[in-house]
Amino acid sequence: VSSVPLRAAPASPEGRHRLTPALADPNARTLAGHLARFGGLPLVGGELTAEVAKAGLRGRGGAAFRTELKLHAVRAASGRAIVVANGAEGEPASKKDKLLLRSAPHLVLDGVVAAADAVGAGAGIVALSEVAQTEASALRRAIAERRRSERIELTVETVPDGFVSGEETALVRALGGGPPKPSVKPPYPFERGFRGRPTLVQNVETLAHLALIARYGAAWFRSVGPDDSPGTALVTLSGAVVRPGIYEAELGATLGDLVLRAGGVSEPVSAFLVGGYFGQWVSADDAAGTRLTPESLGSGAIVALPASTCAVAECVRVAGYLAGQSAGQCGPCAHGLPAIAEALRQLALGREGRPRILRWTGHVDGRGACRHPNGAARFVESSLEVFGTEFDQHARAGRCKHSDRGVLPLPGRSGH
Amino acid sequence: MQALRPRSAAAAWTERALKQPRQLVVDPIACDGHGLCAELFPERITLDDWGFPIVDPTPIPGSLERHARRAVADCPMRALRLGSRARPGQPAGRIRRS
Repeated sequence: VSSVPLRAAPASPEGRHRLTPALADPNARTLAGHLARFGGLPLVGGELTAEVAKAGLRGRGGAAFRTELKLHAVRAASGRAIVVANGAEGEPASKKDKLLLRSAPHLVLDGVVAAADAVGAGAGIVALSEVAQTEASALRRAIAERRRSERIELTVETVPDGFVSGEETALVRALGGGPPKPSVKPPYPFERGFRGRPTLVQNVETLAHLALIARYGAAWFRSVGPDDSPGTALVTLSGAVVRPGIYEAELGATLGDLVLRAGGVSEPVSAFLVGGYFGQWVSADDAAGTRLTPESLGSGAIVALPASTCAVAECVRVAGYLAGQSAGQCGPCAHGLPAIAEALRQLALGREGRPRILRWTGHVDGRGACRHPNGAARFVESSLEVFGTEFDQHARAGRCKHSDRGVLPLPGRSGH
Repeated sequence: MQALRPRSAAAAWTERALKQPRQLVVDPIACDGHGLCAELFPERITLDDWGFPIVDPTPIPGSLERHARRAVADCPMRALRLGSRARPGQPAGRIRRS
């Protein structure tokens, strides 16, 4: 057998550092640097869907939905399919999608191209928030580099910034020229999405993982993380840790492991918010035993809340923000979230009781066209649960010895 | 009151389909909190503190079907329907001809 000298394909990334080495490498921003690191993208059409199913990839945008189900549905739907890479990242505490888009645009585009090939789509849109100008430029440059060789039409579009803009039906509506507000499902975007076409909406990080699965396969993907939710996830870790920043966490690892990688806490921490503003508080005592899963991580934002900030004021402020971010379309969300936020503020002043707030959070849960009321209700319930003592003390005195340091970031404020 | 209309094949199909146990589903965007449905079908619909319907999702037995259909028919926003709530991964149960 004659041996044909082949240019050695780059080795598959080992361990939990799959995306982050590229994020730290300025060369990965160019097509040549990207190909040198990862090699070419093999396109196998619909077979990729089976590989993604075997890999057990779930969405990294918040809902942790099984990726292959959407791939199947778009491929099965009739009409000219299209792929939308969701880089809207409306979660104020999350920065990982923007970093990925700035630093490894070609990996995201590979994901779009591989997904388009798998579902039979001829075009892909990378959708970004209008405030993400640097990321939009990076993507446009990357698309220009590939234009001559690319088999599908790739474009970058921006949508109005907002917490709800990245919800998949809101995104599809905004891309079609409508308001960035959710629509009732069904129809799901995979049935009738952008301009009525079957639309595969995937978070940009999900697409980056998909591009790696297309290269290295399901077995490689599963070599890290537990069987039921394998792989890694990008995490935006902020607040009271020594080295805040974006980490690639092995799924199934504990919150404690992650905090240690960040140099530990920089001052005493009262609790960690896991999963951004649709997430849940984990008390500092429970952090060591809390495992990171696609569901708990949600959009991948984790905030270490220092004991030196007023947790009550921080939670009240975020509850007000979430109420203000309601698209205002569904009665229970439009009326309920402001009522809950105000009641939470009054509770901190000793003028409101818990029962009514918990009745209301129960009432708004699941009663919107999207999951915004569910997420906001979950945040408030978790705040009351984990900061029960703090709320009680606040109610008695009407205040506490700490002030709101603004650790939980809001848009337009300087975050951490 | 609607006048009686001759039974078409479509009407017969609709009637048969409505005999299957189904649940009430609200379109939360279309609903404006009129509240008529809770008056017409108090067995399964209550109102929240802001006047929007909270619907019991359990299937509706034949004995309650008349009330359910009345609530659906009289919603001024056409925001209520009898159907099944499709879940992600189970493309909606609408009839497709491709």
